[in-house]
Amino acid sequence: MPESSFEDINNIYVSSTMPPSRQYSQSTIPLLPFRHYIGNTEFCTENNTSECMLYISQELLALGFPSIFFDLNGLRELDVISALNSMYGLLQMHRRAVGMLAELEVEQLRVSSDLHCQQLTNSKLKDQLELSKKENLRLCERERQLEANTKALHHCLKNEKEEVQKLQNVIASRASQYNHNLKRKEREFGKLKERLNQLLTDKKDKKQGMDVLNYVGRSDGKRSQWKTGKTDSRHESDMYKALLNEFDKHQRELMIENAELKKVLQQIKQEMVGILSPKRQSGETQKEEKPKEFTDQQIASDEEEENSFKGTSEMSCEHAREQLSNSIRQQWRKLKDHMANLDNKGILKHESPPASLVHLGQGINEEMISKEVHQEEMERLKLEIQQCKDFIHTQQQLLQQQLSTPWDEETAAVLTDCYMLEEKERLKEEWKTFEEQKKNFEMERRTFTEAAIRLGHERKMFEEDRATWLKHQFLNMTFTDQMNLKTQNTLSEYAVQEQKHISSPKTPL
Amino acid sequence: MNFSEVFKQSNQLCKVSPDGKYLATCVQYRLVVRDVNTLQILQLYTCLDQVASMEWSSDSLFILCAMYKRGLVQVWSLEQPDWHCKIDEGSIGLVSSRWSPDGRHILNTTEFHLRVTVWSLCNKSVSYIKYPKACQKGMDFSADGRYMALAERRDCKDYISVFVCDDWHLLRHFETDTQDLAGVEWSPNGCVLAAWDSCLEYKMLLYSLDGRLLSTYSAYEWSLGIKSVAWSPSSQFLAIGSYDEKVRILNHITWKKLTEFEHHPTITNSKAVVFKEVEKRPQMTLCFSFQFDSASHRCLVSDEIPPLPVQVPVVKPDPDRANPKIGISAIAFSVDNRYLATKNDCMPQSVWVWDMQRLGPTAVLEQTAPVRFFAWDPRRPRLALCTGNTKLYLWSPAGCVSVKVPVEGGFQVQSLFWHCSGDSVVLLGKDQLCLCYMTKGHSALVV
Repeated sequence: MPESSFEDINNIYVSSTMPPSRQYSQSTIPLLPFRHYIGNTEFCTENNTSECMLYISQELLALGFPSIFFDLNGLRELDVISALNSMYGLLQMHRRAVGMLAELEVEQLRVSSDLHCQQLTNSKLKDQLELSKKENLRLCERERQLEANTKALHHCLKNEKEEVQKLQNVIASRASQYNHNLKRKEREFGKLKERLNQLLTDKKDKKQGMDVLNYVGRSDGKRSQWKTGKTDSRHESDMYKALLNEFDKHQRELMIENAELKKVLQQIKQEMVGILSPKRQSGETQKEEKPKEFTDQQIASDEEEENSFKGTSEMSCEHAREQLSNSIRQQWRKLKDHMANLDNKGILKHESPPASLVHLGQGINEEMISKEVHQEEMERLKLEIQQCKDFIHTQQQLLQQQLSTPWDEETAAVLTDCYMLEEKERLKEEWKTFEEQKKNFEMERRTFTEAAIRLGHERKMFEEDRATWLKHQFLNMTFTDQMNLKTQNTLSEYAVQEQKHISSPKTPL
Repeated sequence: MNFSEVFKQSNQLCKVSPDGKYLATCVQYRLVVRDVNTLQILQLYTCLDQVASMEWSSDSLFILCAMYKRGLVQVWSLEQPDWHCKIDEGSIGLVSSRWSPDGRHILNTTEFHLRVTVWSLCNKSVSYIKYPKACQKGMDFSADGRYMALAERRDCKDYISVFVCDDWHLLRHFETDTQDLAGVEWSPNGCVLAAWDSCLEYKMLLYSLDGRLLSTYSAYEWSLGIKSVAWSPSSQFLAIGSYDEKVRILNHITWKKLTEFEHHPTITNSKAVVFKEVEKRPQMTLCFSFQFDSASHRCLVSDEIPPLPVQVPVVKPDPDRANPKIGISAIAFSVDNRYLATKNDCMPQSVWVWDMQRLGPTAVLEQTAPVRFFAWDPRRPRLALCTGNTKLYLWSPAGCVSVKVPVEGGFQVQSLFWHCSGDSVVLLGKDQLCLCYMTKGHSALVV
């Protein structure tokens, strides 16, 4: 609030110029303590005059005034002169102080006004700074735009220069071509002039003429005809006939082509209708909104069109043509949409299908395989094809090698047997083992036969022994008949066993 | 492939008769007629001066020999060797001489293209045609021989005159909207006449037989334009080769561009097979008793197929010269309309073969030297080309083959042409000629 302080200062200043009496009568803003006049009743009363005097003298002494009392025999009497002098001194002091105050106030005013000015200028400068910053930004932006412009213009200039260069090249080549032609014409002209001169100066003029032994007949054997108006018209008619023939031929070819193309278009259209209409049945079972296109009405209208078109298929007029092409376009669009749907469905089916499409998936499961599966299948097949091709290639190479290498007889003989070699080796080995086994068996047989012979001998010996033993027994037979019988039994058993034992080794042979 | 002996010829003058039975060669001032199969000399004629141009008549009964310096044309009869005919143009000079399609008239173009004189061998009539134009291809006969189109120029304007070859009656005469008419060509069916402007302006005009303008085609402005033109044998396509290294194909129904073939120096199209001739030392003499008994093999002797992408060598032309060596200078259709062979002058060592069914390149033949000449077999899609070295190169859809001409001392093949039956090729060297007989049963080449 510089204004209010300024007013205050003003007030103060005003109040300082007011006469003292008024000053003291009014109680203005209590700014300065020694301006404030409280009233003398409060300080000194009848009772405390001596204290007041003492107090005042103390104060005066403190301020450096001489004492206002003079000391008379211990009684402090008020020295009026020094009191007045002190009062005068005080008044002077007061005036000085007031003067100083006024000065200070002036100083303060000046300083505050300076401050105010500074603040104003500061704010003005800040505003200016803002403005200049904005200006700067604007100028920067403009500079940037201008730079971009110059770049674009440079580019244009470059292009134009290139264009100019190209055109200059063209002009140069044309100029050289013109010069070349001009020179050629000049040369020819020169030659012509020379020839003309030569002809003018040349006395004998070599006539042109033909010297032929005899005239030959025309190549087609006919006689030449007189030139009359009839021949002219005949030529004209011949020419037009040739042209017409050509046109006819052309038209016939175009008609054939046209008919073929129309047939093809019809076929395409029918096939498209065929493809699209069975979808309609499968589409009805699903809750898909997409195949809404295949409605009864549409199919009916297509069939109608077809029927109506059958009548006009032979017409080659504008209307029929347009009809056909429009219907084809329509069908094609439908087919495209259908294919797009299938594509989307194919992708979706591969990812986790949402519930609404599960039903759909079941419906057209067998017709659709997802894209990824299809691609994998393709990759696999391609790999297989590549492998087969490599295999065939290597086989061919080997075959060629075999057929192409030249052989001599030995190696040929060796080589022709090469496939049987392995088998031969195997057979040889088998023969070897066979022979070994045979040998082994022979040996065994021999040993067995020897053993059998030995056994036979031993048996004979045994039998003889037995016979002698029995004889002995029989001869020594007394009371022990039963015992002999027993022993005989046991002996017979033993003999049987022996026989068995003897006969058994024969069997392995 | 069997090669005949080498015979002398001068001036690359060697022509097979239209019926395919005789071979006529000029050696200096002599005209030698041989039998094509046995190559025995059947007739020998002597002309008055060195022969500059020689041509068979359409019925193979007469041969004309033109001597431009002397202004003389001599006509010889095969049936009657003692028949003679001499046409003297006198002081007016002679610049070109040719037969008419009926084989009984001779058209002589005088010096400075002052006029065309039509001499008749049947009667005493002489016709004159004034103001023929001196241009790339100013005169063309239709395929059936009935009409002749002639480019004319008078009063700084171009005209085309259509004559009936029967009696040289002027059928049509019309002005063309060209700056400088460069050439005319009939379509093979004889009903459409193509006329094109000089290279300073790209303009192709198509006229009907009766003189109506059917269509105008201009691909671009200002840059150099048409360099070469070819009709397809069925008249279905018109191929225009231009200086911007592209061939544009027009179709005969709408006369609008069907496609354009670009000769890009980097080949990345996987359908195009690049056959690159590689110098192999020592040079092998090639094998033409084919040891391939199995079905068609790519026979790549001294050719290899480099992997794509392939860079075709480009020769930058001198920009300051007129008629710069850039652009499609040669186009030819194969006889079955299936293939188109082109040569770009700034890739002089390569011949491009395009498939007209797929409308894309099918082969690029890259040789070690600039290709001098190529020609299609008149019976089947087989292309023969030569580069001025001792080899003959053949391409067919089955593959590419090169044969060295087995002549001692080398035989630089400068030019070649096929016999009308397609069974043999006549190779022309600097002053020699040689016949190459294709044996039947070539698995790699017979299509």
